[in-house]
Amino acid sequence: MNKTEHLPSPDLSTDLGGIKMNNPVAVASGTFGYGREYEDYMDIAAIGAVIVKGTTLEPRVGNPPPRIIETPAGMLNAIGLENPGIDIFLNEHLPYLRDKGVTVIANLAGNSIEDYAAVTAKLKGHPGIAGIELNISCPNVKKGGLQFGTDPLMVKKVVEAVKNETFLPVMPKLSPNVTNIVEIAIAAREGGADALSMINTLMGMAIDIDHRRPVLANVFGGLSGPAIKPVALRMIYQVYREMDIPILGGGGVMNARDAIEFIMAGAAAVSIGTGNFVNPRAALDITQGIREYMTEHGVQRISELVGVAIQR
Amino acid sequence: MPGLEMGRVLDNRQVACDWYVMDVSAPVTAPQCLPGQFLHIRPINTYDPLLRRPLSIYDVLSDRGIISLLYRVAGRGTGLLARAAADDCIDIMGPLGRGFTLPSANENIIMVGGGVGVAPLTYLARVSLERRCRVKLLMGAADAAQLAVTQRFEKLGVEIKTASLDGSMGYHGMVTDLLGEEGGSDYSRIYTCGPAPMMAVVSDWAKRQGLWGELSLEEHMACGVGACLGCACQLNAFQPGYAKVCKDGPVFSIQAVELGPDQGREEERH
Repeated sequence: MNKTEHLPSPDLSTDLGGIKMNNPVAVASGTFGYGREYEDYMDIAAIGAVIVKGTTLEPRVGNPPPRIIETPAGMLNAIGLENPGIDIFLNEHLPYLRDKGVTVIANLAGNSIEDYAAVTAKLKGHPGIAGIELNISCPNVKKGGLQFGTDPLMVKKVVEAVKNETFLPVMPKLSPNVTNIVEIAIAAREGGADALSMINTLMGMAIDIDHRRPVLANVFGGLSGPAIKPVALRMIYQVYREMDIPILGGGGVMNARDAIEFIMAGAAAVSIGTGNFVNPRAALDITQGIREYMTEHGVQRISELVGVAIQR
Repeated sequence: MPGLEMGRVLDNRQVACDWYVMDVSAPVTAPQCLPGQFLHIRPINTYDPLLRRPLSIYDVLSDRGIISLLYRVAGRGTGLLARAAADDCIDIMGPLGRGFTLPSANENIIMVGGGVGVAPLTYLARVSLERRCRVKLLMGAADAAQLAVTQRFEKLGVEIKTASLDGSMGYHGMVTDLLGEEGGSDYSRIYTCGPAPMMAVVSDWAKRQGLWGELSLEEHMACGVGACLGCACQLNAFQPGYAKVCKDGPVFSIQAVELGPDQGREEERH
Protein backbone atom coordinates (compact mmCIF):
# COMPACT_ATOMS: atom_id res chain seq x y z
CA MET A 1 0.00 0.00 0.00
CA ASN A 2 1.20 3.48 -0.80
CA LYS A 3 2.33 5.11 2.45
CA THR A 4 1.01 8.51 1.37
CA GLU A 5 -2.59 7.32 1.19
CA HIS A 6 -3.27 7.87 4.87
CA LEU A 7 -1.80 11.35 5.07
CA PRO A 8 -4.00 14.44 4.96
CA SER A 9 -3.59 16.55 1.84
CA PRO A 10 -0.62 18.87 2.30
CA ASP A 11 -1.08 22.42 3.58
CA LEU A 12 0.37 24.84 1.01
CA SER A 13 -0.69 28.03 2.76
CA THR A 14 2.02 30.45 3.75
CA ASP A 15 2.41 33.73 5.59
CA LEU A 16 4.69 36.27 3.99
CA GLY A 17 5.20 38.67 6.88
CA GLY A 18 1.47 39.15 7.29
CA ILE A 19 0.50 38.56 3.67
CA LYS A 20 -1.62 35.41 3.86
CA MET A 21 -1.39 33.23 0.77
CA ASN A 22 -3.36 30.05 0.07
CA ASN A 23 -0.39 28.64 -1.75
CA PRO A 24 3.24 29.72 -1.97
CA VAL A 25 3.27 30.79 -5.62
CA ALA A 26 2.89 34.44 -6.66
CA VAL A 27 3.16 36.05 -10.05
CA ALA A 28 5.79 38.77 -10.27
CA SER A 29 5.15 42.43 -10.88
CA GLY A 30 5.41 43.56 -14.48
CA THR A 31 4.90 40.09 -15.90
CA PHE A 32 1.19 39.71 -15.21
CA GLY A 33 -0.28 43.16 -15.85
CA TYR A 34 -3.25 43.63 -13.55
CA GLY A 35 -4.20 39.96 -13.71
CA ARG A 36 -7.07 40.43 -16.13
CA GLU A 37 -4.75 39.98 -19.09
CA TYR A 38 -4.42 36.30 -18.16
CA GLU A 39 -8.02 35.55 -17.25
CA ASP A 40 -8.66 33.51 -20.38
CA TYR A 41 -6.08 31.01 -19.22
CA MET A 42 -7.00 30.33 -15.59
CA ASP A 43 -8.89 31.36 -12.49
CA ILE A 44 -6.56 34.12 -11.36
CA ALA A 45 -8.00 33.98 -7.83
CA ALA A 46 -6.39 30.54 -7.47
CA ILE A 47 -2.92 32.09 -7.70
CA GLY A 48 -1.18 32.52 -4.33
CA ALA A 49 -0.84 36.25 -4.94
CA VAL A 50 -0.92 38.55 -7.93
CA ILE A 51 1.71 41.28 -7.67
CA VAL A 52 0.41 43.92 -10.02
CA LYS A 53 2.37 46.11 -12.40
CA GLY A 54 4.64 48.67 -10.69
CA THR A 55 2.67 51.80 -10.02
CA THR A 56 3.79 55.39 -9.50
CA LEU A 57 1.99 58.47 -8.24
CA GLU A 58 1.65 59.92 -11.75
CA PRO A 59 1.26 58.03 -15.04
CA ARG A 60 4.46 57.09 -16.90
CA VAL A 61 4.83 56.41 -20.61
CA GLY A 62 7.88 54.18 -20.20
CA ASN A 63 10.93 53.79 -22.41
CA PRO A 64 10.99 53.94 -26.21
CA PRO A 65 11.19 50.61 -28.07
CA PRO A 66 12.88 48.22 -28.51
CA ARG A 67 12.18 47.32 -24.89
CA ILE A 68 12.93 43.60 -24.82
CA ILE A 69 15.31 41.12 -26.37
CA GLU A 70 15.74 37.41 -25.85
CA THR A 71 19.11 36.26 -24.52
CA PRO A 72 20.51 32.79 -23.77
CA ALA A 73 17.95 31.11 -21.48
CA GLY A 74 16.60 34.53 -20.57
CA MET A 75 15.57 37.95 -21.71
CA LEU A 76 16.41 41.60 -21.15
CA ASN A 77 13.72 44.17 -20.55
CA ALA A 78 13.72 47.93 -20.23
CA ILE A 79 10.04 48.82 -19.98
CA GLY A 80 10.73 51.89 -17.87
CA LEU A 81 7.78 51.51 -15.48
CA GLU A 82 5.06 52.35 -17.98
CA ASN A 83 1.91 52.58 -15.87
CA PRO A 84 -1.30 54.62 -15.70
CA GLY A 85 -0.63 55.98 -12.19
CA ILE A 86 -1.95 54.98 -8.78
CA ASP A 87 -5.41 56.54 -9.19
CA ILE A 88 -6.24 54.46 -12.25
CA PHE A 89 -4.98 51.35 -10.51
CA LEU A 90 -7.07 51.99 -7.40
CA ASN A 91 -10.23 53.01 -9.23
CA GLU A 92 -10.23 50.81 -12.31
CA HIS A 93 -8.20 47.69 -11.63
CA LEU A 94 -8.32 47.06 -7.88
CA PRO A 95 -12.14 46.85 -7.53
CA TYR A 96 -12.22 44.23 -10.25
CA LEU A 97 -9.53 42.12 -8.58
CA ARG A 98 -11.18 42.53 -5.19
CA ASP A 99 -14.51 41.30 -6.57
CA LYS A 100 -12.78 38.28 -8.07
CA GLY A 101 -11.27 37.42 -4.71
CA VAL A 102 -7.68 37.78 -5.94
CA THR A 103 -4.91 38.12 -3.34
CA VAL A 104 -3.42 41.41 -4.54
CA ILE A 105 0.01 42.75 -3.70
CA ALA A 106 0.49 46.33 -4.88
CA ASN A 107 3.91 47.19 -6.32
CA LEU A 108 4.83 50.80 -5.69
CA ALA A 109 7.64 52.86 -7.17
CA GLY A 110 8.80 56.45 -7.02
CA ASN A 111 11.56 58.98 -7.66
CA SER A 112 12.05 60.14 -4.10
CA ILE A 113 11.26 59.14 -0.53
CA GLU A 114 8.40 61.64 -0.60
CA ASP A 115 7.04 59.96 -3.74
CA TYR A 116 7.05 56.53 -2.09
CA ALA A 117 5.30 57.92 0.97
CA ALA A 118 2.72 59.76 -1.14
CA VAL A 119 1.88 56.79 -3.35
CA THR A 120 1.54 54.59 -0.25
CA ALA A 121 -0.77 57.11 1.42
CA LYS A 122 -3.08 56.85 -1.59
CA LEU A 123 -3.90 53.23 -0.66
CA LYS A 124 -5.80 54.31 2.46
CA GLY A 125 -9.49 53.57 2.21
CA HIS A 126 -9.02 51.03 -0.58
CA PRO A 127 -9.64 47.53 0.76
CA GLY A 128 -8.47 44.47 -1.12
CA ILE A 129 -4.71 44.91 -0.95
CA ALA A 130 -2.92 42.19 1.00
CA GLY A 131 0.46 43.90 1.07
CA ILE A 132 2.91 46.21 -0.62
CA GLU A 133 5.95 45.27 -2.63
CA LEU A 134 8.27 48.24 -2.83
CA ASN A 135 10.12 48.59 -6.08
CA ILE A 136 13.45 50.04 -4.97
CA SER A 137 15.41 48.18 -7.57
CA CYS A 138 14.16 48.90 -11.07
CA PRO A 139 17.26 49.13 -13.28
CA ASN A 140 15.40 50.85 -16.11
CA VAL A 141 14.41 54.26 -14.86
CA LYS A 142 16.70 57.23 -14.79
CA LYS A 143 15.73 58.51 -11.38
CA GLY A 144 14.82 56.42 -8.34
CA GLY A 145 14.65 52.69 -8.70
CA LEU A 146 18.08 51.21 -8.56
CA GLN A 147 19.71 54.15 -6.78
CA PHE A 148 17.49 53.45 -3.78
CA GLY A 149 18.10 49.75 -3.84
CA THR A 150 21.87 49.85 -3.76
CA ASP A 151 22.39 52.20 -0.80
CA PRO A 152 21.61 50.63 2.61
CA LEU A 153 20.78 53.97 4.24
CA MET A 154 18.33 54.88 1.46
CA VAL A 155 16.72 51.43 1.68
CA LYS A 156 16.17 51.90 5.40
CA LYS A 157 14.76 55.41 4.95
CA VAL A 158 12.38 54.53 2.15
CA VAL A 159 11.00 51.50 4.01
CA GLU A 160 10.55 53.63 7.16
CA ALA A 161 8.75 56.33 5.19
CA VAL A 162 6.38 53.78 3.65
CA LYS A 163 5.74 52.01 6.95
CA ASN A 164 4.70 55.36 8.42
CA GLU A 165 1.94 55.64 5.84
CA THR A 166 0.36 52.19 6.07
CA PHE A 167 -0.65 49.29 8.28
CA LEU A 168 -0.20 46.86 5.40
CA PRO A 169 2.76 44.47 5.30
CA VAL A 170 5.66 46.07 3.41
CA MET A 171 8.04 43.99 1.34
CA PRO A 172 10.88 45.78 -0.48
CA LYS A 173 12.09 44.09 -3.66
CA LEU A 174 15.85 43.91 -3.47
CA SER A 175 18.22 44.52 -6.31
CA PRO A 176 20.85 41.89 -7.07
CA ASN A 177 23.07 44.62 -8.50
CA VAL A 178 24.95 45.07 -5.23
CA THR A 179 28.15 43.80 -3.70
CA ASN A 180 26.66 42.73 -0.38
CA ILE A 181 23.02 41.66 -0.45
CA VAL A 182 22.95 40.83 3.28
CA GLU A 183 23.83 44.43 4.14
CA ILE A 184 20.85 45.68 2.10
CA ALA A 185 18.53 43.07 3.64
CA ILE A 186 19.54 44.13 7.15
CA ALA A 187 18.90 47.77 6.28
CA ALA A 188 15.45 46.89 4.95
CA ARG A 189 14.58 45.05 8.14
CA GLU A 190 15.85 47.95 10.25
CA GLY A 191 13.52 50.16 8.30
CA GLY A 192 10.65 47.90 9.32
CA ALA A 193 10.27 45.56 6.35
CA ASP A 194 7.86 42.70 7.09
CA ALA A 195 9.24 40.54 4.30
CA LEU A 196 11.75 40.73 1.45
CA SER A 197 11.18 40.11 -2.23
CA MET A 198 14.27 38.75 -3.96
CA ILE A 199 15.49 39.28 -6.60
CA ASN A 200 14.80 41.95 -9.17
CA THR A 201 16.51 41.65 -12.55
CA LEU A 202 20.27 41.78 -13.10
CA MET A 203 21.42 44.72 -15.15
CA GLY A 204 22.68 43.65 -18.57
CA MET A 205 22.82 44.58 -22.23
CA ALA A 206 22.94 43.23 -25.76
CA ILE A 207 24.56 44.72 -28.86
CA ASP A 208 23.30 44.63 -32.43
CA ILE A 209 26.50 43.99 -34.37
CA ASP A 210 24.91 44.77 -37.74
CA HIS A 211 23.95 48.26 -36.67
CA ARG A 212 26.83 48.66 -34.16
CA ARG A 213 24.58 49.87 -31.38
CA PRO A 214 22.87 48.56 -28.24
CA VAL A 215 19.72 46.54 -28.99
CA LEU A 216 17.62 48.22 -26.31
CA ALA A 217 16.74 51.87 -26.77
CA ASN A 218 17.48 52.29 -23.05
CA VAL A 219 20.93 50.70 -23.66
CA PHE A 220 20.75 48.66 -20.43
CA GLY A 221 17.99 46.34 -19.36
CA GLY A 222 17.13 43.86 -16.65
CA LEU A 223 18.06 40.23 -17.22
CA SER A 224 15.50 37.62 -16.15
CA GLY A 225 14.66 34.00 -16.79
CA PRO A 226 16.43 30.70 -16.10
CA ALA A 227 19.79 32.39 -16.77
CA ILE A 228 19.62 34.20 -13.40
CA LYS A 229 18.28 31.36 -11.26
CA PRO A 230 21.61 30.39 -9.65
CA VAL A 231 22.29 34.03 -8.70
CA ALA A 232 18.84 34.42 -7.16
CA LEU A 233 19.15 31.19 -5.20
CA ARG A 234 22.55 32.18 -3.87
CA MET A 235 21.33 35.58 -2.68
CA ILE A 236 18.22 34.17 -0.96
CA TYR A 237 20.38 31.54 0.71
CA GLN A 238 22.84 34.19 1.94
CA VAL A 239 20.10 36.38 3.40
CA TYR A 240 18.09 33.57 4.98
CA ARG A 241 21.24 32.18 6.58
CA GLU A 242 21.84 35.51 8.32
CA MET A 243 18.38 36.64 9.33
CA ASP A 244 14.91 35.45 10.18
CA ILE A 245 12.60 37.25 7.75
CA PRO A 246 10.05 35.84 5.29
CA ILE A 247 11.37 35.93 1.73
CA LEU A 248 9.45 35.91 -1.53
CA GLY A 249 12.01 34.24 -3.78
CA GLY A 250 12.11 34.52 -7.52
CA GLY A 251 14.45 34.65 -10.48
CA GLY A 252 14.02 32.19 -13.31
CA VAL A 253 11.49 29.90 -11.63
CA MET A 254 10.03 27.83 -14.47
CA ASN A 255 8.74 24.68 -12.79
CA ALA A 256 7.99 23.08 -9.43
CA ARG A 257 11.52 21.75 -9.01
CA ASP A 258 12.88 25.28 -9.35
CA ALA A 259 10.30 26.54 -6.87
CA ILE A 260 11.21 23.88 -4.31
CA GLU A 261 14.88 24.84 -4.68
CA PHE A 262 13.97 28.42 -3.77
CA ILE A 263 11.92 27.28 -0.78
CA MET A 264 14.77 25.09 0.42
CA ALA A 265 17.13 28.07 0.09
CA GLY A 266 14.88 30.03 2.45
CA ALA A 267 11.96 31.41 0.45
CA ALA A 268 8.58 31.28 2.24
CA ALA A 269 6.95 31.73 -1.17
CA VAL A 270 8.13 31.99 -4.75
CA SER A 271 7.31 34.39 -7.55
CA ILE A 272 6.99 33.52 -11.21
CA GLY A 273 8.01 36.21 -13.66
CA THR A 274 9.41 35.41 -17.07
CA GLY A 275 7.97 31.90 -16.67
CA ASN A 276 4.48 33.36 -17.21
CA PHE A 277 5.48 34.32 -20.76
CA VAL A 278 6.45 30.76 -21.57
CA ASN A 279 3.50 29.13 -19.81
CA PRO A 280 0.68 31.49 -18.84
CA ARG A 281 -0.57 28.85 -16.40
CA ALA A 282 2.86 28.46 -14.79
CA ALA A 283 1.77 29.64 -11.33
CA LEU A 284 -0.99 27.04 -11.07
CA ASP A 285 1.03 24.26 -12.68
CA ILE A 286 3.90 24.95 -10.25
CA THR A 287 1.53 24.97 -7.27
CA GLN A 288 0.26 21.57 -8.35
CA GLY A 289 3.83 20.31 -8.77
CA ILE A 290 4.71 21.47 -5.25
CA ARG A 291 1.61 19.73 -3.90
CA GLU A 292 2.64 16.49 -5.61
CA TYR A 293 6.17 16.76 -4.26
CA MET A 294 4.85 17.28 -0.73
CA THR A 295 2.49 14.33 -1.02
CA GLU A 296 5.20 12.12 -2.41
CA HIS A 297 7.69 13.09 0.30
CA GLY A 298 5.26 13.15 3.20
CA VAL A 299 5.60 16.91 3.75
CA GLN A 300 2.50 18.22 5.51
CA ARG A 301 3.24 21.92 5.65
CA ILE A 302 5.22 23.98 3.17
CA SER A 303 6.98 25.66 6.11
CA GLU A 304 8.71 22.34 6.82
CA LEU A 305 10.74 22.88 3.64
CA VAL A 306 11.68 26.54 4.07
CA GLY A 307 15.45 26.86 4.37
CA VAL A 308 16.11 23.14 4.84
CA ALA A 309 19.08 23.28 2.49
CA ILE A 310 20.93 25.86 4.59
CA GLN A 311 24.29 24.60 5.88
CA ARG A 312 25.15 26.47 9.01
CA MET B 1 -11.70 32.47 -25.84
CA PRO B 2 -7.96 32.24 -26.54
CA GLY B 3 -6.24 29.39 -24.80
CA LEU B 4 -3.43 26.88 -24.83
CA GLU B 5 -3.57 23.86 -27.09
CA MET B 6 -1.16 21.13 -28.05
CA GLY B 7 -1.51 21.14 -31.81
CA ARG B 8 -0.46 18.24 -33.98
CA VAL B 9 1.75 18.98 -36.95
CA LEU B 10 0.16 17.59 -40.12
CA ASP B 11 2.74 18.88 -42.55
CA ASN B 12 5.74 21.21 -42.46
CA ARG B 13 7.24 21.88 -45.85
CA GLN B 14 9.79 24.23 -47.34
CA VAL B 15 8.15 26.43 -49.96
CA ALA B 16 11.03 28.77 -50.84
CA CYS B 17 14.62 29.34 -49.71
CA ASP B 18 13.95 30.12 -46.00
CA TRP B 19 10.18 29.92 -46.15
CA TYR B 20 8.09 27.15 -44.64
CA VAL B 21 4.41 26.34 -44.40
CA MET B 22 3.25 24.38 -41.38
CA ASP B 23 -0.22 22.87 -41.20
CA VAL B 24 -1.32 22.19 -37.65
CA SER B 25 -4.35 20.36 -36.37
CA ALA B 26 -5.70 22.53 -33.54
CA PRO B 27 -9.44 21.89 -33.38
CA VAL B 28 -10.06 24.15 -30.38
CA THR B 29 -8.05 27.13 -31.62
CA ALA B 30 -8.79 27.01 -35.35
CA PRO B 31 -12.48 28.01 -35.30
CA GLN B 32 -11.66 31.04 -33.13
CA CYS B 33 -9.00 32.51 -35.44
CA LEU B 34 -9.75 35.79 -37.17
CA PRO B 35 -7.73 37.21 -40.08
CA GLY B 36 -4.79 39.28 -38.83
CA GLN B 37 -4.53 37.57 -35.45
CA PHE B 38 -1.47 35.59 -34.46
CA LEU B 39 -0.52 32.44 -32.60
CA HIS B 40 2.15 32.49 -29.91
CA ILE B 41 4.14 29.34 -30.45
CA ARG B 42 6.69 27.66 -28.24
CA PRO B 43 9.35 26.28 -30.56
CA ILE B 44 10.94 23.87 -28.07
CA ASN B 45 10.15 22.31 -24.72
CA THR B 46 13.37 23.54 -23.06
CA TYR B 47 14.44 26.98 -21.87
CA ASP B 48 16.74 28.06 -24.65
CA PRO B 49 15.48 29.67 -26.78
CA LEU B 50 13.09 30.73 -24.06
CA LEU B 51 10.23 32.79 -25.42
CA ARG B 52 7.29 31.98 -27.64
CA ARG B 53 7.31 33.19 -31.25
CA PRO B 54 4.40 35.22 -32.55
CA LEU B 55 3.45 33.84 -35.98
CA SER B 56 0.81 35.23 -38.30
CA ILE B 57 -2.11 33.01 -39.11
CA TYR B 58 -1.67 32.24 -42.80
CA ASP B 59 -4.85 30.32 -43.43
CA VAL B 60 -7.53 28.43 -41.51
CA LEU B 61 -9.81 25.58 -42.46
CA SER B 62 -12.08 25.89 -39.44
CA ASP B 63 -14.40 22.99 -40.26
CA ARG B 64 -11.37 20.67 -40.33
CA GLY B 65 -9.63 22.37 -37.38
CA ILE B 66 -6.52 23.15 -39.38
CA ILE B 67 -4.37 26.26 -39.09
CA SER B 68 -1.62 27.03 -41.61
CA LEU B 69 1.39 29.15 -40.76
CA LEU B 70 3.77 30.69 -43.29
CA TYR B 71 7.05 31.63 -41.66
CA ARG B 72 10.58 32.56 -42.56
CA VAL B 73 13.48 30.89 -40.77
CA ALA B 74 15.32 33.85 -39.33
CA GLY B 75 16.85 32.59 -36.11
CA ARG B 76 16.99 29.73 -33.66
CA GLY B 77 13.30 29.68 -32.77
CA THR B 78 11.99 29.49 -36.30
CA GLY B 79 14.91 27.19 -37.15
CA LEU B 80 13.61 24.72 -34.57
CA LEU B 81 10.08 25.07 -35.92
CA ALA B 82 11.32 24.21 -39.39
CA ARG B 83 12.55 20.86 -38.05
CA ALA B 84 9.13 19.81 -36.78
CA ALA B 85 7.79 16.75 -38.56
CA ALA B 86 4.32 15.33 -39.10
CA ASP B 87 2.74 14.07 -35.87
CA ASP B 88 5.00 16.22 -33.68
CA CYS B 89 3.17 18.18 -31.01
CA ILE B 90 3.37 21.94 -30.94
CA ASP B 91 2.49 24.22 -28.02
CA ILE B 92 0.08 26.88 -29.27
CA MET B 93 -1.28 29.91 -27.43
CA GLY B 94 -3.96 31.95 -29.08
CA PRO B 95 -5.48 33.27 -31.17
CA LEU B 96 -4.13 36.61 -29.98
CA GLY B 97 -4.31 40.25 -30.95
CA ARG B 98 -6.69 42.47 -32.83
CA GLY B 99 -7.11 41.35 -36.41
CA PHE B 100 -8.24 43.10 -39.57
CA THR B 101 -11.59 44.86 -39.77
CA LEU B 102 -13.45 42.62 -42.18
CA PRO B 103 -15.07 44.10 -45.27
CA SER B 104 -18.82 43.96 -45.69
CA ALA B 105 -20.41 41.92 -48.47
CA ASN B 106 -19.63 42.76 -52.10
CA GLU B 107 -16.83 45.25 -51.45
CA ASN B 108 -13.84 45.78 -53.71
CA ILE B 109 -10.68 45.47 -51.69
CA ILE B 110 -6.97 45.63 -52.47
CA MET B 111 -4.12 44.06 -50.54
CA VAL B 112 -0.40 44.77 -50.73
CA GLY B 113 1.92 42.11 -49.33
CA GLY B 114 5.70 42.19 -49.06
CA GLY B 115 7.74 39.04 -48.54
CA VAL B 116 6.57 36.68 -45.84
CA GLY B 117 4.37 39.54 -44.63
CA VAL B 118 1.82 38.33 -47.16
CA ALA B 119 0.89 35.57 -44.68
CA PRO B 120 -2.04 37.18 -42.82
CA LEU B 121 -3.49 38.52 -46.07
CA THR B 122 -4.23 34.99 -47.26
CA TYR B 123 -6.76 34.21 -44.56
CA LEU B 124 -8.18 37.71 -44.94
CA ALA B 125 -8.65 37.03 -48.68
CA ARG B 126 -10.44 33.77 -47.93
CA VAL B 127 -12.88 35.39 -45.51
CA SER B 128 -13.43 38.39 -47.80
CA LEU B 129 -14.20 36.14 -50.75
CA GLU B 130 -16.70 34.23 -48.62
CA ARG B 131 -18.40 37.61 -48.28
CA ARG B 132 -18.49 37.88 -52.05
CA CYS B 133 -15.92 40.66 -52.14
CA ARG B 134 -13.65 41.22 -55.09
CA VAL B 135 -10.09 40.88 -53.89
CA LYS B 136 -6.93 42.05 -55.62
CA LEU B 137 -3.47 41.25 -54.29
CA LEU B 138 -0.25 43.04 -55.15
CA MET B 139 2.61 40.94 -53.88
CA GLY B 140 6.30 41.69 -53.90
CA ALA B 141 9.08 39.28 -53.01
CA ALA B 142 12.69 38.50 -53.78
CA ASP B 143 12.06 35.95 -56.50
CA ALA B 144 9.66 33.59 -58.25
CA ALA B 145 10.14 30.90 -55.61
CA GLN B 146 8.73 33.15 -52.90
CA LEU B 147 6.00 34.42 -55.18
CA ALA B 148 4.82 30.82 -55.61
CA VAL B 149 2.86 31.28 -52.37
CA THR B 150 0.42 33.37 -54.42
CA GLN B 151 -0.90 30.08 -55.84
CA ARG B 152 -3.01 29.74 -52.73
CA PHE B 153 -4.58 33.14 -53.46
CA GLU B 154 -5.10 32.14 -57.07
CA LYS B 155 -7.03 29.02 -56.02
CA LEU B 156 -9.23 31.16 -53.81
CA GLY B 157 -10.05 33.41 -56.75
CA VAL B 158 -7.96 36.48 -55.98
CA GLU B 159 -6.78 38.71 -58.80
CA ILE B 160 -2.99 38.84 -58.48
CA LYS B 161 -0.17 41.07 -59.66
CA THR B 162 3.36 40.19 -58.66
CA ALA B 163 6.67 42.00 -58.48
CA SER B 164 10.06 40.39 -57.90
CA LEU B 165 13.30 42.11 -57.01
CA ASP B 166 15.30 39.81 -59.33
CA GLY B 167 12.82 40.01 -62.20
CA SER B 168 12.22 36.25 -62.22
CA MET B 169 8.45 36.70 -62.03
CA GLY B 170 6.01 39.52 -62.73
CA TYR B 171 7.11 43.14 -62.62
CA HIS B 172 10.85 43.65 -62.10
CA GLY B 173 11.10 45.97 -59.11
CA MET B 174 9.25 47.11 -56.02
CA VAL B 175 5.67 46.03 -55.46
CA THR B 176 4.78 49.59 -54.51
CA ASP B 177 5.49 50.65 -58.12
CA LEU B 178 2.39 48.65 -59.08
CA LEU B 179 0.24 51.09 -57.11
CA GLY B 180 0.80 53.60 -59.95
CA GLU B 181 -1.60 51.57 -62.08
CA GLU B 182 -4.27 51.58 -59.38
CA GLY B 183 -6.87 54.17 -58.49
CA GLY B 184 -7.94 54.48 -54.89
CA SER B 185 -11.51 55.21 -55.88
CA ASP B 186 -11.82 51.69 -57.36
CA TYR B 187 -11.59 50.19 -53.87
CA SER B 188 -13.32 50.55 -50.53
CA ARG B 189 -10.42 49.25 -48.44
CA ILE B 190 -6.70 48.56 -48.57
CA TYR B 191 -4.83 46.11 -46.34
CA THR B 192 -1.06 45.80 -46.15
CA CYS B 193 1.56 43.74 -44.38
CA GLY B 194 5.28 43.58 -45.07
CA PRO B 195 8.53 45.48 -44.50
CA ALA B 196 8.15 48.93 -42.91
CA PRO B 197 9.46 50.91 -45.91
CA MET B 198 6.96 49.14 -48.17
CA MET B 199 4.06 49.74 -45.79
CA ALA B 200 5.12 53.39 -45.48
CA VAL B 201 4.76 53.86 -49.26
CA VAL B 202 1.45 51.98 -49.29
CA SER B 203 0.17 54.12 -46.40
CA ASP B 204 1.16 57.37 -48.09
CA TRP B 205 -0.57 56.26 -51.28
CA ALA B 206 -3.73 55.26 -49.40
CA LYS B 207 -3.83 58.53 -47.50
CA ARG B 208 -3.39 60.53 -50.70
CA GLN B 209 -6.17 58.55 -52.34
CA GLY B 210 -8.41 58.97 -49.32
CA LEU B 211 -8.67 55.20 -49.05
CA TRP B 212 -9.54 53.50 -45.76
CA GLY B 213 -6.83 51.04 -44.80
CA GLU B 214 -5.18 48.83 -42.22
CA LEU B 215 -1.64 47.54 -41.75
CA SER B 216 -0.08 44.88 -39.55
CA LEU B 217 2.95 45.65 -37.37
CA GLU B 218 5.48 43.43 -35.69
CA GLU B 219 7.57 43.96 -32.56
CA HIS B 220 9.58 41.85 -30.13
CA MET B 221 7.04 40.17 -27.88
CA ALA B 222 7.17 38.31 -24.62
CA CYS B 223 3.73 37.74 -23.08
CA GLY B 224 1.53 38.25 -26.17
CA VAL B 225 -1.44 39.32 -24.04
CA GLY B 226 -0.70 42.95 -23.14
CA ALA B 227 0.77 42.25 -19.71
CA CYS B 228 4.51 42.86 -20.07
CA LEU B 229 4.43 46.01 -22.23
CA GLY B 230 7.49 44.76 -24.10
CA CYS B 231 6.08 45.27 -27.60
CA ALA B 232 5.52 49.01 -27.24
CA CYS B 233 5.18 50.97 -30.44
CA GLN B 234 4.76 54.69 -30.96
CA LEU B 235 2.05 54.96 -33.59
CA ASN B 236 2.64 58.61 -34.48
CA ALA B 237 4.26 61.79 -33.22
CA PHE B 238 1.03 63.07 -31.66
CA GLN B 239 0.25 60.01 -29.58
CA PRO B 240 1.46 60.66 -26.01
CA GLY B 241 2.31 57.07 -25.06
CA TYR B 242 2.83 53.74 -26.72
CA ALA B 243 0.52 51.14 -28.18
CA LYS B 244 0.96 47.45 -27.43
CA VAL B 245 1.45 45.62 -30.72
CA CYS B 246 0.25 42.32 -29.20
CA LYS B 247 -3.02 43.57 -27.73
CA ASP B 248 -3.89 46.89 -29.42
CA GLY B 249 -2.64 45.39 -32.71
CA PRO B 250 -0.96 43.83 -34.55
CA VAL B 251 -3.42 45.42 -36.99
CA PHE B 252 -3.71 49.20 -36.87
CA SER B 253 -5.46 51.80 -38.97
CA ILE B 254 -3.23 53.23 -41.71
CA GLN B 255 -4.57 56.64 -40.78
CA ALA B 256 -3.34 56.26 -37.17
CA VAL B 257 0.19 55.11 -37.93
CA GLU B 258 3.24 57.02 -39.12
CA LEU B 259 5.81 54.39 -39.89
CA GLY B 260 9.29 55.03 -38.61
CA PRO B 261 12.43 53.24 -39.75
CA ASP B 262 12.28 50.73 -36.89
CA GLN B 263 8.69 49.64 -37.29
CA GLY B 264 7.10 46.96 -39.39
CA ARG B 265 8.25 43.44 -39.86
CA GLU B 266 11.80 42.35 -39.23
CA GLU B 267 11.85 38.61 -39.00
CA GLU B 268 15.60 38.42 -38.44
CA ARG B 269 15.14 38.44 -34.68
CA HIS B 270 13.33 35.11 -34.66
